[in-house]
Amino acid sequence: MQQAEPKRVLTGSHYLDGDHACTEGAIAAGCNFIAGYPITPSTEVVERYARRIPSIGGTFIQMEDEIASITAVLGGVWGGAKSMTVTSGPGFSLMMENIGLAAMTETPCVIVNVQRAGPSTGLPTMVGQADIMQARWGSHGDYEVIALAPQSPQEAFSLTIEAFNLSEKYRTPVMVMLDECIGHMTERVVIPEASEIKILPRRMTDKPKGEYLPYEVGEDGIPSMAHAGDGHRYHITGLTHDERGYPAMDSKTQDTLVRRLCDKIRNNAKDICMLEEEEIEGADVILLSYGITSRVSRAAIEAARAKGIKVGSMRLLTVWPFPEYRIKELAGKVKAFVVPEINYGQVSLEVERCCAGKSETILIPHMGGTVHNPEDILKAIEEAAK
Amino acid sequence: MPRKEIRITGYGGQGVILTGYIFGKAAAIFGGLHSTMTQSFGPEARGSACASALVVDDNVIAYPYMRDTDILIALSREGYEKYADELSENGILVYDADLVTPHQSDTVQAYGIQAARLAEELGNRIVQNIVVVGFTTAVTGIIDREAVAKAVESSVPGSTIELNLKAFATGYEEGQKLLAPVG
Repeated sequence: MQQAEPKRVLTGSHYLDGDHACTEGAIAAGCNFIAGYPITPSTEVVERYARRIPSIGGTFIQMEDEIASITAVLGGVWGGAKSMTVTSGPGFSLMMENIGLAAMTETPCVIVNVQRAGPSTGLPTMVGQADIMQARWGSHGDYEVIALAPQSPQEAFSLTIEAFNLSEKYRTPVMVMLDECIGHMTERVVIPEASEIKILPRRMTDKPKGEYLPYEVGEDGIPSMAHAGDGHRYHITGLTHDERGYPAMDSKTQDTLVRRLCDKIRNNAKDICMLEEEEIEGADVILLSYGITSRVSRAAIEAARAKGIKVGSMRLLTVWPFPEYRIKELAGKVKAFVVPEINYGQVSLEVERCCAGKSETILIPHMGGTVHNPEDILKAIEEAAK
Repeated sequence: MPRKEIRITGYGGQGVILTGYIFGKAAAIFGGLHSTMTQSFGPEARGSACASALVVDDNVIAYPYMRDTDILIALSREGYEKYADELSENGILVYDADLVTPHQSDTVQAYGIQAARLAEELGNRIVQNIVVVGFTTAVTGIIDREAVAKAVESSVPGSTIELNLKAFATGYEEGQKLLAPVG
């Protein structure tokens, strides 16, 4: 781990919205290239970046659309930059093909989605949490990604830094799944000294020229990089490839590659997953939530406890990989998991799968545009505890 | 201080969002409190009704939205009419007396100020909202004067700090006059 560069860190207490806090996280993490296309409610992220970056060192390009944006981000990474793009639902859909290319070529990059209500154009200025499954499954083929869900501007800052670190550690695209509420909510954001911010540098090869193989891996299954111009022989392709990076059109290479792409995330789920748990021990009901919904649930949890209901809280800071090891441990020990989310059932399906019938899973859906009414969540907790 | 919910409303261009931002920053950065500001993002443009909402609490704020408006600050008639019913029975209404004719129940404490007019006298109508910020600080007492002044100073363009602090002081003094016992 290295320390953040002091000139990139706006140390102090600030009153920032989630979008702007995300920008500061990216800058602190060393992001020196953003390509993006404006879309509500995410535009403030790049507006601030474009304003801040000329004096710090870095580039912002407004591309012609979101397809070009994600493609430029991949090019930026292979050219040596720490790269990010920022969008919302419709733009996220356009990016899917090359998010798959990022997964296949193991390109470390960050994609911020400030979620609004969909499908299609939906409610451009209003909240949704319905892109969670898309983050996981949006591109074709088998692959794994990492996705984080901040619940405050403070976490928009810290989890964006974490997103960059995870992308470098696992050489994978990492999504920061903000939502409109967090993006447009203004609160105190405390930015620490640069020396307190840990930055994971890119994993570069130490092999001499001529010996380096772009996709050769050791025990941890994660290859080391070389940048364009470093002098190494290089081939990058979305085709199934061998250690040299050359296309290899056979099922054996496919098997080795796809297993490795997935297993480098699956086998490290415990290292990647950040969970916040509270009063899980002895709970009858666990309320599982993420993003803005965890804050809305707080009032319901407190009201339920005041009524004597033993309700625990589990908050997902990491949505993907899903912490299935933890849900499986708890399945059968509690009556039910109550899952409020601003969609018609996404994370709740994962909970249900991991519970495998041993505990009930109760979805509290919301189609978006606003947040849940805490009373509806309380009612569901009361029902579940019966 | 227990949770207080503040709605600021007016038309686009009056500095409605900045007003919420200043109070929020005063509370969270200079006042030792927690605050969360949210704003309704519709297709608002200059001249149409807009609003910002602020929750201030000495505890961490979980639920960030308005449930029961304790203080309504109305800079325009249209904004006032839209949010008047939201104000709680024992709430505080602060309004621009030249632009808003309030019709609240007797239990509401209502404080009017000719903010736009005072701002014009100071040389620029654009500081109307800062006059109201000073006035509100005085009549509600929810956030320390010093903290709000610091938030004003650090939130406006450098070349306008003097004018804005003058507007803040003017509003604050008007509020104090209103609170002073008669005779």
